[in-house]
Parts: sequence; C-alpha cells; structure tokens
Amino acid sequence: MKAIQTFIDHYNYFITIFLMVAGLYVVIARGNMVKKLIGLSIFQTSVYLLYIAPGKIIGGTAPIIDPAFKVYSNPLPHVLILTAIVVGVATLALGLALVVRINEAYGTIEEDEIFRQDGGK
Amino acid sequence: MILLTLMAIVVIAIVTQRSLFGVVILSGAYSFLMASVLIVYDAVDVAMTEASVGAGVSTVVLLGTLALVKTREARADARQPLALFVALVVGAALVWGTLQLPSFGTADAVIHRHVAPYYLQNVVPQTNVPNVVTAVLADYRGYDTLGETTVIFTAGIGVMLLLRGAWRRAQRNRKDA
Repeated sequence: MKAIQTFIDHYNYFITIFLMVAGLYVVIARGNMVKKLIGLSIFQTSVYLLYIAPGKIIGGTAPIIDPAFKVYSNPLPHVLILTAIVVGVATLALGLALVVRINEAYGTIEEDEIFRQDGGK
Repeated sequence: MILLTLMAIVVIAIVTQRSLFGVVILSGAYSFLMASVLIVYDAVDVAMTEASVGAGVSTVVLLGTLALVKTREARADARQPLALFVALVVGAALVWGTLQLPSFGTADAVIHRHVAPYYLQNVVPQTNVPNVVTAVLADYRGYDTLGETTVIFTAGIGVMLLLRGAWRRAQRNRKDA
C-alpha cells in the first residue's frame, strides 16, 4: 500500500526520468544527426519537468499576485526554465545549421557513412 | 497524470519512428503536450514560451533542415546493447535519487521555504509588477537575462555564418555547371 502511494506521489519524476533516459538512448544509439538532435532536445525538455514539478503546490495558483488568492506556486523554477527554453532552441538551431553544413560536405547525415568517408573503421 | 503518460507514449513513438518527417511532427506534438503539462503545474509563462518556441520555432527550424537533407533514417534497426545499458543505469540512478524527494505538490517542501516567499511578498511593493515571474526575470535578475540574450545572439551569428557559406558555395556551383 505504501509502495503504491510512493509511486503515485513520485509519478511525475518517473515520467521525467523516462523521458530523460529515452533522450539519452536516442543520442547514443542513433546515427542520424537530426534524430540525435531531437533526442538531445527531449533530454533537455525533460529537465524542464524536473524543475517545474517540485514548484507546484496543490491548491496553489500561478504566481501572479492578486488579492483573491493566497497560495502561489513557486515562481523561481519558472524563471530558470524560461531561460533554458530559449537557450535550448538557440543551441538546436546552431546544431541544425552544423548538420546542414555536414550534409553539404559529405552528402549524408548518417554518422557511420561519414566515418567511412573519412577512412575510419 | 494522463498528460504525462501521453508524453511518454509520444516519446516511444519518436524513438521507434524511422521517417524524420514523422519524428519532427511528433516532436511538435510532444512540445504541445509539454506546454499543457506546464499549465497544469501553474507555470503559465513557461507554457506560453514552450508552445511558441518549442512547438513553433523548433518545428519550423527542423522542417527547414529536412528540406535540405535526406528525410529517411538509413540504418535498419540495429540493437545497441551498450547504449541501452548506459541509459538504464542512468535511469536507475535517477529513480534512486528521486525516491527521497518530497511528494508532488506538498506546500512545506524545502524549495518553498527558501527565497520564494521573499519574492512573493515583496514583488508588488518593490517593483509594482504583479507577475512574479516577469519581475524576477526582468527586475531582480535583469543581468542574467542580458547574458541569456547574448547567448542567443552568439548562436544566431553562428547559424548565419554557417549557412551563408553554404549558400555562397551553392551559388558558385550553379555558375560552374
């Protein structure tokens, strides 16, 4: 019974971890560079959940001060993650520009084909 | 809870999907689900940003890339035991770490007793901005936001430099041919 309660209380963390692990797996295991970058951004967005979820108070409301409300969720994770989202899309754009450049130089975006063209194993 | 489960399902689809076009569309759907979850977590500003930047700009940038490269992932599904192992070990360590965290939504967790009450109490007298997130971002931590815009500016310069060179070479090749 207690185990089930713990599971429900931490369900958001488990999903967050699942997203993180899935992103990590895609980054390591997939050779296609666009897929890799999407995996990286899934990894990144899972961190948003990791930050925002502890800030939520059940019965609280969005942190916009109004006399009608007393309990607000924690605003600080929101500030941090706003920054993270914008920086995340900037790095994604830079990575994709590199992918376009690699595609131009090698004619492919598959990692193993690029290694083969470089004369590696 | 249902939204979170949906997100997990979409991510499984992203991992298994071979067509890159499908992956991009799924990641747009993923971003919208993320925005919905953030609204449930009271993070309305973050949800708005995620819906516009994550689901909007990212998808456009990804589609723009797909227009220039091949849209099919080549390799047949090769199992990668090492990657799976690393991912599972990391996952297990994280689960072990989060079990000690306070339950979801409790009001007396440590995170709510540090500087957050200070901001919530003083934000209107000090800055006259009712939205606490805006006040912290632009008033209390304005220099950090300046640093953030510097990062974006640098990334923008990088993208322009990379793509302009590519465009020029394409022009030259066309002239030669």
